[in-house]
Amino acid sequence: MIELRKLVKHVGLILLALVMLYPVLWMVVSSLRPDNEIFRRPGLILDGLQVQNYGTGWTALVSPFGHYLLNSAILVLACIIGNLASCSMAAYAFARLDFTGKRLWFAIMLGTIMLPIHVIIVPQYIMFSQLDWVNTFLPLVVPKFLATDAFFVFLMVQFIRGLPRELDEAARIDGCGHARIFLRIILPLMLPALATTVIFTFIWTWNDFFSQLIYLTDPEMYTVPVALRSFVDATVSTSWGSMFAMSVVSLAPVFLAFLVGQRYLIRGIATTGGK
Amino acid sequence: MSAIGELQRMRKGSRGPLGGGRRDNKAAFVFLAPWFAGLLFITAGPIAASFVLGFTDYNLIQPPTFNGLDNFARMLTDARLHKALGVTLIYVVVSVPLQLGAALGLALLLDKGLRGLAFYRSAFYLPSLLGSSVAVAVLWRQIFGADGLINQLLGIEGRGWISDPDTALWTLIILNVWTFGAPMVIFLAGLRQIPRMYYEAAATDGAGKWTQFRSITIPLLSPIVFFNLVLQIIHAFQSFTQAFVVSGGTGGPSDSTLFYTLYLYQRGFGNFDMGYASALAWLLLVIIAGITAVNFWAAKFWVVYDD
Repeated sequence: MIELRKLVKHVGLILLALVMLYPVLWMVVSSLRPDNEIFRRPGLILDGLQVQNYGTGWTALVSPFGHYLLNSAILVLACIIGNLASCSMAAYAFARLDFTGKRLWFAIMLGTIMLPIHVIIVPQYIMFSQLDWVNTFLPLVVPKFLATDAFFVFLMVQFIRGLPRELDEAARIDGCGHARIFLRIILPLMLPALATTVIFTFIWTWNDFFSQLIYLTDPEMYTVPVALRSFVDATVSTSWGSMFAMSVVSLAPVFLAFLVGQRYLIRGIATTGGK
Repeated sequence: MSAIGELQRMRKGSRGPLGGGRRDNKAAFVFLAPWFAGLLFITAGPIAASFVLGFTDYNLIQPPTFNGLDNFARMLTDARLHKALGVTLIYVVVSVPLQLGAALGLALLLDKGLRGLAFYRSAFYLPSLLGSSVAVAVLWRQIFGADGLINQLLGIEGRGWISDPDTALWTLIILNVWTFGAPMVIFLAGLRQIPRMYYEAAATDGAGKWTQFRSITIPLLSPIVFFNLVLQIIHAFQSFTQAFVVSGGTGGPSDSTLFYTLYLYQRGFGNFDMGYASALAWLLLVIIAGITAVNFWAAKFWVVYDD
């Protein structure tokens, strides 16, 4: 009886997983089919591989799609570096140093995790447009160097609190200052938290549409999400095949990051709650 | 331990891991310098600035002029704003409970030492990584289109779920429920923290599965439910990409997918009506803060803290 119940449970879960993933699988399969089949073939079985959509999609916009992939890659890399540097510094201070008003600052930091970007986007845009930063990556990258992704600060604070304080004490007795304790002891030990930060920053920046839509209006500067969106507007229902093909291309890096970094993703959202 | 749990503990005044020891103001200032700059220029500063701009008329070209309470008076008669508030509220009120219900249900199913847990968890989690992308919004547009996947599977002809104002919002609600994987992972982690011995002790005392669930699982999981609820509500209020892509930036048909953030975008960045957009941003902040405050207040009645 118990075995049977387990079997039923597994069958149910597998069916549900299939339903959940079906749309994405179907998009991948459809991108490998001739355009007109997308509207009459709901199944997943391929007659043959037809990669023509990828060729058409790749060159459908002003620049080849590789240009937008490169833009996104540059942006993501810069954001990762910014988050790693600035959030780890802030986290060290919150986890290991004692200073005036610490509880208040810490509460403010936690509060900003929940702050919607839409509330600050208007004055931010005015500021960045006066600095002449619109249509550069600066409005998207500079905030990351200023530890504004408080989620990661919190993640790292949690992690540093779990490291034994004896290590710092020993280093201090040996004459190390905070800079050296941070660089030589804490940073190497918090690699798992840094890895989580890398993967989440990668995925969130790669997917982020709102701020990239606002700050990048010159087609030369388009990143993948903005380019994909302009593709939709340009080709409404004429060529779903090539649109699906480029959608698959744009999701592939996220999927790869998920495969490589699953462990860190799951642990990251399990310990801090995630988005 | 979540950010929200941390805030609640601080509110109660327990010192916890903070405080004590000798002061290190100089070093702290150096380490926090980027964060302070970010607070000043990127987060707190702009919040204050948008409060002031909310009382002005500003189109980015001419300097802002104060117009008193005009923007707020305009809100009272702005029919599209009222529509946007309604659409967003329905979206939040319907999709968040469904999403969290699915997340909790699946987490409970997966918790009991099931084989293949890692596989299922990944399969259910993946959509929450993809859900906010433009690519999935593009896909949704096809799936729920007149000759899309849903109609092909169900054998319906020519019914456009996205082009019909009565159903367009529901396709976005389905999209949000589809991303239940992230809260599910949080529930799973929470379930794992409940000590096994509680269940063993209850079983020894003759408590059945249902009693165990009601008097152990539910109360001990309530802080996690609360955390997910607060976070997903805030998150849902900010949905933008899906509605933008699915409606081609209009919020249509007939404003049926006009999310608040989409309306704010149209006013601010479509019409460069920055004064009114700032006032709208403040209203959003007040609404979200208000709902979160109510949530925290209501937590007294149903969230159990064992510390």
